[in-house]
Amino acid sequence: MISAIVRTAITGLRRDRAALALSFVLPIAFFSIFAMVFGSEHDTIPRVHLIVVDEDRSSASRDLVRALEREGSLVVSTHSDAKRGQATPADYTAASAEAAVKKGDVPVALIIPAGWGAHPMAFGPGNQEAAKIELLNDQSDAIAPQIVNGMLQKAAMMAMPASMAREGMQYTEKYLGTFTPQQRKRWQSNLAYLDQLQKDRDTEPAAHSASSSGFASGGIIAVETRAVVGEHQNKSLISFYAAAIGVMFLLFTASGSSGSLLDEAESGTLDRVLSSRVTMTTLLAGKLTFNTLLAFAQLVLMFLWGWAVFDLDFFSHIPGFIVMGLCTAFAVAAFGMLLASLCRTRGQLGATSTLLILVMSAMGGSMFPRFMMPQAMQKAGLFTINAWAIDGFTKVFWRDLPLASLWPQVSVLLATGIVLFAFARRVARRWEFS
Amino acid sequence: MATAVSPASAGTAQPIAIDGFVKRFGAHAAVDGVSLAVQAGECLGLLGPNGAGKTTLIRGIAGRMTPNAGSIRIFGASAGTPAAHRVLGWVPQELAIYPRLTCRENLNSFGRYQGLSGRELDERAAWCLDWAALADRAGAPAHHLSGGMKRRLNMAAGIIHRPSVVLMDEPTVGVDPQSRIRIFEMIEALREQGTSILYTTHYMEEAERLCSRIAVIDHGRIIAEGTHEELVRSVFGSSTQVVARFSGPADGIAAWVTARGGRVTDGAAHFTIERPAEIAAMLDSATQAGFEPADVLLRRPNLEAVFLQLTGRELRD
Repeated sequence: MISAIVRTAITGLRRDRAALALSFVLPIAFFSIFAMVFGSEHDTIPRVHLIVVDEDRSSASRDLVRALEREGSLVVSTHSDAKRGQATPADYTAASAEAAVKKGDVPVALIIPAGWGAHPMAFGPGNQEAAKIELLNDQSDAIAPQIVNGMLQKAAMMAMPASMAREGMQYTEKYLGTFTPQQRKRWQSNLAYLDQLQKDRDTEPAAHSASSSGFASGGIIAVETRAVVGEHQNKSLISFYAAAIGVMFLLFTASGSSGSLLDEAESGTLDRVLSSRVTMTTLLAGKLTFNTLLAFAQLVLMFLWGWAVFDLDFFSHIPGFIVMGLCTAFAVAAFGMLLASLCRTRGQLGATSTLLILVMSAMGGSMFPRFMMPQAMQKAGLFTINAWAIDGFTKVFWRDLPLASLWPQVSVLLATGIVLFAFARRVARRWEFS
Repeated sequence: MATAVSPASAGTAQPIAIDGFVKRFGAHAAVDGVSLAVQAGECLGLLGPNGAGKTTLIRGIAGRMTPNAGSIRIFGASAGTPAAHRVLGWVPQELAIYPRLTCRENLNSFGRYQGLSGRELDERAAWCLDWAALADRAGAPAHHLSGGMKRRLNMAAGIIHRPSVVLMDEPTVGVDPQSRIRIFEMIEALREQGTSILYTTHYMEEAERLCSRIAVIDHGRIIAEGTHEELVRSVFGSSTQVVARFSGPADGIAAWVTARGGRVTDGAAHFTIERPAEIAAMLDSATQAGFEPADVLLRRPNLEAVFLQLTGRELRD
C-alpha cells in the first residue's frame, strides 16, 4: 500500500515540471552561485580596482606603483580612459581620484604625496611627520581597502629592498655614527645588488607575484585611511539592504500579483473582460499600472520603516527615491507581467518565479554585495533588475549623487520594463483568440 | 423598468446572423458549417448534448473564437468588433466574476469595462441587483454567495450595459430547482423588455419553457430548427408515442421491439403510432411473444423524442 502511494507521488512529481525544477534545479543553481562567490577552488577573490595618484614621482614611488601594478589581485589605474580625439589621457589627480571614489567608479584610491620618496618607510624615530600615503575609500566596500593596504605593504617588502636598505643606512648613520670608507664601500656594493634585484623584479611577469594569500598586513609603509563616501552615515548600509531586500520581494509580489491574469483566464473572467470594450493591451496596461503602484508602495513602506526604526536618512533623498522607486517598480511589474503571460497555470508561475527571482537576486546583489563576486559574475549580474536598482538606490542614499547621475540606471530599468512589457503583450496574444 | 435598445445604426439587421461558421480543433470540427439567425425579440434555444458544439458557437459569436470559415454578424457588425461588443451581452457557462469583490463591485467593474460611469452606472447596477434578486446581498463578497446567487450575479454582469442581444450559455448548470425557477423568471423578464436571447442548454424542459424557437445541434451541425410544434411535426408528423414496459427476458424484448420498428431506451420500449387503435394490436403481439405488459404510456412526442429520433442518442448522452 505504501509503495502504491509512493508510486503515485513519483508519477505526480514527474508530471509537475515546476515542482521538479524547484526540487532539483534551484538547489543546484544556488549551490553553484554560492560556490562561485565563496568557494576556494579558483580565483575567487575579486580583483580590486583602484586608482593610484603619484604626486611624488620619485624612484621609490615609481617602484611602488610598478609593484602594485604587478599584483594580480589589483587592477591599477593611474589615468582615466582616453577621450575621443585625446592622444594621451590625463593622469588622475588627488581631486579626480576622490571624485571617482565618490561616484562609485572604484572603491579605493591611493594618493602618494610629494616628498614621500624621501622617507618611504614608516619605521624610525621622527618619521611620523613624514608624508604618508593616503588611502581614500568607499565605506560600502569593507573588503577592498584592506586588500589594497595589504598589497601595499607586500609591495614595499617585496619590491623595494634597496629603498628599505638605503633608509636603514641613513638611520644608522644618523643615530650610530658615520660608516668607515670600507664599510660604506661594502654597503654600496650590497645596495647595487639590491637595486639590480629591484630592477629584475620590475621586469618579471605579473603572474609571479599574483598570489596574495598569506600576507599579513603590516606597517612598513604608513597609510592614512580616509573614507570619502559614507563617512557621515551613522547607519551605514541600511539603504543598501532596504533596496536589495526590497527589490527581491518586489519581484515576488509583482509576479504573484500578475498571476491574477492566470486566475482570470482559468475562471473565464478574462474572456468576459475581453468581450467588453477592454482590449488585451488596455487590460495588460491596467495591470502593469496597478503592479507598478503596488511595488512603489512597497518600497515606500520599506524605506519609511528604515527611517523610523533604523535612522535611514529618507526625507533628504525624496526626489532620488521617487525616480529610482518608480523606475524599479515599473521594471519589476513588467517582469511579473511577462512571467504571468508565459506561464500556463498558477503553480507553474509560482515555481518559475521562485526559481528566477532567487537566482536573479543572488546574482544581482540582493543577497550579498556584488563586489564580493568574481568579475564574471559581477558582469552577469548586470543582466538582472536587482543590480541596476541597487546601484541606483546606492547612488541616491549612499553616494548622495545628483539626480542626473542616475541616467544609466533609469535608462536601463525603463528600457527593461518596456521590452519585457512588449514581450508580455506579444505572448498574451494566445488569450485573445483561439 | 429599463428596456433594451437596439443600436440606431443597426437598422433592420438581425441581432445575430451566422453564415457557414466552421471551427476546427486539429482534425476535429467542433462547429461544422452552422448557419443560424436570431430574430429581434426572440429567444432562440440551442439544444444539444454535451460536446455538440454549443459553447464553441457561443464563443464565436462573442468574438472569442476565430472561425476557420464563415461569418458571424451582430446587428450587422462583425463578431469581436467594438460595435458588436457594445450591443452584445454574454453570460458564460463559467462563473466569470471576481470572487473577492462584492456583488455591487462586480457589477460596477464590468459596467466600467463596458464604458458606463457615474449615475448611469449606479442606476444600471441597482437595476441588475434587483433583477437578479441580489439587492439585499449587494455588499456581500461573491465568494460568500450560494451557488444559485453566484449564477444570478454571473448573469447580471453579462447584461449590465443593457445589451440588445444576450448569449446565455447554460446559465442553470449546477443550480438547485428553486434557483433555476428564479433564473427562468429573470430570463422571461428580459424577454419582456424585447431583448433577443440565444440560450444554450441540454435540458429539454428549459428550451420548451423559455425559447420561442429551437435549433437542435449535434456533432457541430444544426440538424433541425423551428418552434417546438414545428420540430415535433417535422419529425413525427401526427404520430403519437407509446412508451411501454414488459416483463420477460431483456434480449427477447429488445429483438421483438426492433422487429416492430421501435427502440428500447432505459428498459422501456418506444413506438411511434399513427392511430391509438394500433396499441391494442401491439399489446396482443407482445402477449403472443411471451412478454407481459407491465406499464403502457401514450404521449405527444417532446423535444427529447425529437432528438432521439434525429440522432439515435439521448440529449444527456
